[in-house]
Amino acid sequence: MRRRPNYLAGLGSALWLFIVGLPIYVLVMATVQTRSGYGQNGPLGFPDDFTLSNFSDVFSGGFGHYYLNTVIVTASVVGIVLLLVPPLAYAIVRSRNKVISAVFRLFLLGLAVPAQAVIIPVFYVISTVGLYDNLIGVILPTAAFALPVSTLVLSGVMRDITPELFEAMAVDGATPRRMFFQLVLPLSKGGLSTIAVFSALQAWNGFLFPLILTQSNSTKLITMGLYDFQTQYGINIPGLLAAVILSMVPILLVYLFARRALVQGLMGAGGK
Amino acid sequence: MTTIAPAVSGRRRTKSLGSLEMGRPGFAWAIPATLFFGLFAIVPLILVAVLSFTRWDGLSSPELVGFENWSALLDDPIMIKSLWLSLLLTVLGVVIQTPLSVLLGVWAAGHQRNRAILSAIYFIPLLLSATAVSVLWRALLDPNFGIPAQASWLFGNGNLFGKQATAIGVLAFVSTWQFTPFHTLIYQGAARAIPRVLYQAAEIDGASTVRQFWSITLPQLRNSMITSMILMVVGGLTTFDTVLILTQGGPGTDTMISAYYMYEKGFRNFEFGAASAIALVLVVVATLVSLVVVRASGYDKMRSTLEGM
Repeated sequence: MRRRPNYLAGLGSALWLFIVGLPIYVLVMATVQTRSGYGQNGPLGFPDDFTLSNFSDVFSGGFGHYYLNTVIVTASVVGIVLLLVPPLAYAIVRSRNKVISAVFRLFLLGLAVPAQAVIIPVFYVISTVGLYDNLIGVILPTAAFALPVSTLVLSGVMRDITPELFEAMAVDGATPRRMFFQLVLPLSKGGLSTIAVFSALQAWNGFLFPLILTQSNSTKLITMGLYDFQTQYGINIPGLLAAVILSMVPILLVYLFARRALVQGLMGAGGK
Repeated sequence: MTTIAPAVSGRRRTKSLGSLEMGRPGFAWAIPATLFFGLFAIVPLILVAVLSFTRWDGLSSPELVGFENWSALLDDPIMIKSLWLSLLLTVLGVVIQTPLSVLLGVWAAGHQRNRAILSAIYFIPLLLSATAVSVLWRALLDPNFGIPAQASWLFGNGNLFGKQATAIGVLAFVSTWQFTPFHTLIYQGAARAIPRVLYQAAEIDGASTVRQFWSITLPQLRNSMITSMILMVVGGLTTFDTVLILTQGGPGTDTMISAYYMYEKGFRNFEFGAASAIALVLVVVATLVSLVVVRASGYDKMRSTLEGM
């Protein structure tokens, strides 16, 4: 809307573009050259050989299996969140029960509890029930820690449903269950996709729970795989960076095809 | 939005309660989620307090030792140092990222085509997990194969992880690179929500672009600024993966922030009792901050940030 171009802002934005873009440039360029090529050209050089062998190396290093594990964990976490949160948010918004507001405050309190703070007792509980080094042991606390933000987001969305719609259905004698399935769920689709993306991001990017609660290769997740590659083959930078690129592919796809859902899922993460 | 809820409940009260109690969900709807959350978040929160009064090596069962861990913690120079370091990194995060993300967010709020394209590029760091970001930067800053080795005129001997000042600089920079795009999104949404009329009025009064920024944009962004800063504080205090991957608390204990110190105490030295005490300190600090969240910005503010997108 401005009448003249803002040169200062243009300069600043170009500088930030450089800061954001340089690592991305190195990330892409490093992964398409061989280790020796990278060693000669350095991170900033342009590749003179082209190869995709880094990606196949990463997969032969077990990354495919970590991928599968991460998909399982992510899908399960999203499933649990989508199963538990809608009824809870429905009760928070519509119930007249006095205990509900206490429950809601409990979840608000949960917003403030960082995973680091409870990792030791969670480790204790998970080992005691025999779920240590088991994907289920990662899924359960990851899902639990996605609940507060999801509840906040979804109850916000459900609160915006016009009360007249509920009243109309009540006049027709609809049960709470029927209102939930025929009115609340269809009108909360946006919120449901937000909490699905949010909890998927939490699970996909999760680090602390898998770090503490798993140890063997068969239960390794992508983030653990990256951490492992870094500590074990830190010298093989092209291979390591290929793994970094592979770890972001699903999120990149969501970004390209459902940008709005991703942004809102991320902002849900901001509630934390 | 703030006004809708009370207005609605007021209207409800005027109708006969009998017919309205029908068709309302009971407490049973909330039970599964509450039990699940209680088991994995609330029970552990109580347990961590209990464990802080025990000695536990992770194998045998915990044994009560009274205030032993707590008094040891108060006398532990590394604990005090770690709190200062956490504070320093948090403050650095807020001080660097707030002006940067405000400027970028306001800039990106413009609807020009080039701004839309650049904003899409600025978004890229958000597609990477904290782990991936740390691994990427660890590789980029590698003393032998990274950028510092190529640009020794700028980086000296190239080992940024070898001195406290540069190691802290790396942590602050990487967290800026990682989180600024997120806060930029917050401000972009908020800046777009500022009513146009304000600027039109200022324009009639002959206010310059800079003046408009100081007198309209910044005051209008106040609420988003509170939300964003609190998120930075909570995020900064609980930074963990970045430190584990980039510096491991080193050189020595020079970047040993509290959250990482807790991990070292517990999962490397197997002093889970002492680690629980550190964890409890983290909970108290985070809860204090969250009380500020609820009081100062409130639940509705968070919603409006979401809807502003």
